[in-house]
Amino acid sequence: MIKDYLKNTWEGLYTVLVGMKITWKHLFVPSVTLQYPEERAKLPERARNRLFVNINDCIGCMQCATACPVNCIDIETVKGAPVDMPGETSKGKKKALWVTKFEIDIAKCCFCQLCVFPCPTECIQMTDVYEYSEWDRDNLIYNYANLTPQEVDIKQLNLEKFQAEKEAKKIEAAKAKAEAAAKKAEEDKAKSEEKPSDDEKKEEK
Amino acid sequence: MQNYLTEIFGNELVAEITVYVLNTIPVLAFIVLFVLFAVWLERKVSAHMQDRLGPMRVGWHGVLQTVADFLKLVQKEDIVADANDKALFNIAPFLVFVATLATYTMLPFTSIFVGSNADVGIFLVLALSGAVVAGILMAGWASNNKYSLYGSLRAAAQIVSYEIPTALVVLTMIMVYGTMNLGDVTEAQTSYFWNWGIFGGAGLGLGKFLLVPFMFVAFIILFISTLAESNRTPFDLPESESELVAGFNTEYSGIKFSMFFLAEFANMFLIGSILVIFFFGGYNSPFGYFGNLIGVDWLIPIEQLFWFIGKGMFFVFISMWLRWTLPRVRVDQLMTICWKYLIPYAFFNLLIVGLILLI
Ligand code: SF4
Ligand code: SF4
Repeated sequence: MIKDYLKNTWEGLYTVLVGMKITWKHLFVPSVTLQYPEERAKLPERARNRLFVNINDCIGCMQCATACPVNCIDIETVKGAPVDMPGETSKGKKKALWVTKFEIDIAKCCFCQLCVFPCPTECIQMTDVYEYSEWDRDNLIYNYANLTPQEVDIKQLNLEKFQAEKEAKKIEAAKAKAEAAAKKAEEDKAKSEEKPSDDEKKEEK
Repeated sequence: MQNYLTEIFGNELVAEITVYVLNTIPVLAFIVLFVLFAVWLERKVSAHMQDRLGPMRVGWHGVLQTVADFLKLVQKEDIVADANDKALFNIAPFLVFVATLATYTMLPFTSIFVGSNADVGIFLVLALSGAVVAGILMAGWASNNKYSLYGSLRAAAQIVSYEIPTALVVLTMIMVYGTMNLGDVTEAQTSYFWNWGIFGGAGLGLGKFLLVPFMFVAFIILFISTLAESNRTPFDLPESESELVAGFNTEYSGIKFSMFFLAEFANMFLIGSILVIFFFGGYNSPFGYFGNLIGVDWLIPIEQLFWFIGKGMFFVFISMWLRWTLPRVRVDQLMTICWKYLIPYAFFNLLIVGLILLI
């Protein structure tokens, strides 16, 4: 009884001293704190942060928008008219579409990088920028398209014109085809009118 | 000073009251400066013990951080909820702070400055630190919040329990020194450090050597029980953040909260100075005074102030060190430590020291 009591007392005091020794040692361990804005941790090589789109290389294939699990990429395209084709990517790939709208709502983005892999021209990429807070949430919708609204209108008009022409051509072609078909039909008819004569001939035999 | 004021006012009572009021001003200034420093120190010590840096922005290594925090606290709205008991709620923080401040006036900072050289010094210190409980209970009850009430009930139970070992050790000390006046206690330990209480006091002969281990036990008991009385970790149950939000001061904001805060940190130094006065020679230098050596008299009080504050700060540092080492004790452990361990030890210590003093 009394032995336990003394032992408890001793252990109580002794363990406190052991603990104090540990904290005393830590008092002189260099701190692990980084003074953030001045000092920064080095980012891992493939860190995933803010997206960047090199719009000059974008062919508007919408692969990225389709892949995005949170639907935060919003792309609209207009087909290029032959008179006004969008040119080539830096790797020489022909573009067929004008990208009239390319918005990424970076506030919704979950940095999964799923949009990066499917891109055929490697123009959507992750950068190492991670400080982009904004006072207004709308400022986090990044617009990458580089066409002005007027230009978009022009492209739209061009396409409409081209399509109208094409339509007209098509109608013409259809007409021509129809005429040709009609002609052929008539000829066929004429032929077939002559043909039964064989049977008649047979019967006559 | 009192005579001089009596001449000015022509009335002894007015003069006396003025003296008391004036005496609290340096003490108050000391408390405020000490708290500004101690809060910073606490944060630094805690940070470095956890391998962090702590405040670094305001001033060199954040020394002015507490000033900035204090300015922020003062600006805060003073919130008094509808369901609070207004009168008690408003008095409580001031009661706590004033009681703490009053204990400080008993401390002999130097041989020439003692706020109030009362003959019942240590007795008053105990009584006033007991009065703090009233303020804490008031705060908890008037807050009308179950966590606050829990906190203050725990504080009451804890302070009242730990008052007993404290009082027993203090009784032992009074037997050793034969006085309750803290100034006289300090005087009894003058000149070199082997005259300090922890080394058996100023006497010579067998008694002195027999006293040493028991003085040491008394020191440990007094340290633990005063630590508990000032609600510091590992005995911070009254404001255990993880269980009771912030205990009895949950409902307080702004200047009233800072009153509690001030009182808590002032209490830390109070523990230190009580220990220093009883066991480590108070304001006495461990080895003569530099002022005596070169014959400059006015230097001595400054040296004394330095030694007093320096020794006090050492114990403040130890209590911070303990705070970041030990987890909080449970309520039952708290009571076990007090009733099963500290009180019997204090009793035996009292008896043995009494016997030694008899021979
Ligand atoms: S990183 Fe993920 S969430 Fe963000 S845009 Fe790409 S696919 Fe969408
Ligand atoms: S996958 Fe690449 S090329 Fe296709 S739309 Fe997205 S960014 Fe443009």
